[in-house]
Amino acid sequence: MIEAVLERSYYVVVLALAGIGAYMTIGDRHLVKKVIGLNVFQTAIFLFFIAAAFVDGGSPPLLSAPAPYVSPLPHVLILTAIVVGVSLTAVALGLIVRIYNRYGTMHEDTLRELMADD
Amino acid sequence: MTDLPALVVAVPLLGAVLTAAAGLIRSRTGWPIALLTALVQTVAALALARLTLDGPVRYVVGGYTAPYGIELVVDLLGASMVVLIAVVTLGVVAVARSLGPRSNTFFATVLLLVVGLTGMSVTGDVFNLYVFLEITGLSAYALVAAGEEGRSAVAALKYLIVGTVGASLYLLGIGYAYVATGTLNMAHLADELAVIGYDATLVQAAFGLMVVGLFVKVAVFPIHTWQPTAYAGAPDTVSALISALVSTVAAYALIRIVFTVFTVEFLVTNPAARAVLLAASAASIVAGSVLAVRQTEIKRLLAYSSVSQYGLVVGAIAVATPTALTGAAIHLVGHAVMKGALFLVAGLIATATGVRRIDDLDGLVDRTPVGAATFGVLALAMVGVPPAIGFVGKWFVALGAIEGGAWGLAVVIFASTLLTLAYFLRALERVFVRDAPSKERDPVPWVHRVTVVVAAVAVIALTLGAVEYAALIEPTIGRLLA
Repeated sequence: MIEAVLERSYYVVVLALAGIGAYMTIGDRHLVKKVIGLNVFQTAIFLFFIAAAFVDGGSPPLLSAPAPYVSPLPHVLILTAIVVGVSLTAVALGLIVRIYNRYGTMHEDTLRELMADD
Repeated sequence: MTDLPALVVAVPLLGAVLTAAAGLIRSRTGWPIALLTALVQTVAALALARLTLDGPVRYVVGGYTAPYGIELVVDLLGASMVVLIAVVTLGVVAVARSLGPRSNTFFATVLLLVVGLTGMSVTGDVFNLYVFLEITGLSAYALVAAGEEGRSAVAALKYLIVGTVGASLYLLGIGYAYVATGTLNMAHLADELAVIGYDATLVQAAFGLMVVGLFVKVAVFPIHTWQPTAYAGAPDTVSALISALVSTVAAYALIRIVFTVFTVEFLVTNPAARAVLLAASAASIVAGSVLAVRQTEIKRLLAYSSVSQYGLVVGAIAVATPTALTGAAIHLVGHAVMKGALFLVAGLIATATGVRRIDDLDGLVDRTPVGAATFGVLALAMVGVPPAIGFVGKWFVALGAIEGGAWGLAVVIFASTLLTLAYFLRALERVFVRDAPSKERDPVPWVHRVTVVVAAVAVIALTLGAVEYAALIEPTIGRLLA
């Protein structure tokens, strides 16, 4: 059991991060912390891709010499996904600034009360 | 002319950049540029659709051939989506001139949404689909927030959080599929997954994550909660645009993932997957209708009605018979026209009389005859009264469900039709039977009136073409189910 976990330590970290991120996104009442949770959740998926890129005993496709090899494709994919994630964070923070200017709060419960009065 | 699949993505992208750039020099120049772009896009989309009648059109992006590079593949189903996106955008942009918002950045964002949606329809690569999904999502969040009130910003943030979790799950699903096969091209994935075997845990996990991720975007019950908030919080123009297109194209992507990547064989090997799809479909159809009956606001009622209608499409995917999928294709197009038009009518009613709640609809026929008449036609079309397009789609799906032995689904579809009648009848009775409290009315711009009348006529006219369309799309559906 312990050996199996140690062998897959990458995936344990990924799973833990994804859980923390999802919990923050759903459970935290503060809007900015929700967005941070979303970022943690996305980062967990990025790390999953990067861990998957490492092939044990794999060799580069063009050079025949056995060299330590990491597949470049997931890295390129994640580069794109990071750009998407940054844009999402920017939009989310922009929306939070607008909500704050309008209602003067970033706390979900207070916000709900204020919106019910509208 | 084989560059068309790339052109339909490039044209709105160029239009968006031009609109944004023109706004730096002179503000309020967005409308003509956006309208011109939408016109060019419609012509390009129709040309593409004509090409796909002879079979799928392929385009190699950047000269890197598949499976190493990204490939664009458009069949008739994808081309139908591209045409639908172009036509609906044309109508909505035309109305936006009078209904607002009118800033250049707004029109640029609308065109970016078109880029994302069109990209999702033409791509043949699962990761490329993710990128276009996020482009669609980002522009949709920004558009929902285009309203003046604080409510739209809150709705947009909620939409963003739920939408991002959905897209991330889809991305995780891609990761699983990539680990299993080492490829991202849809056609190549289908071959490789078959080699690994559809009962492998890795493959099943990939299917589950990708499908659940797209479920969020389609707004399947119980992960539909973002949809009513977003549709009700957005300005009327935006509600019409995103209700007609965003979930529709997500449902198209779901069809792509289930049948092009995982194929029918996967559903046969994993009865549990099919059972989950059926359960999600039935839950959406019933819960969407029941929740719609309880709404007091017109736009929220329409949003919950969407949850129910997309349940129908998910049901067709679960049944996976040619008839049901033909029904899904017809219903996707028909629902987009009906629901988009209904939101435009809701905007027209609000402009003319200021009414946004169902209780205030009394005697609407005296106050805005055009609004009341089109609302009546579209509502009955939505219920599925022949000869409207809403009937044809439902009919084919129900027929397919009976063919496939899914009697439960057929019963649910019939029951939901009655529920749909219930919530629309409640509104229609107020509009046509009761007396109006006052007869005063505000003038509605003619473009707005013409657009909703054209849409109401189209809902009937599309029925005439539906049977012919069913015959045309038969080979495409056949290839999908092969």
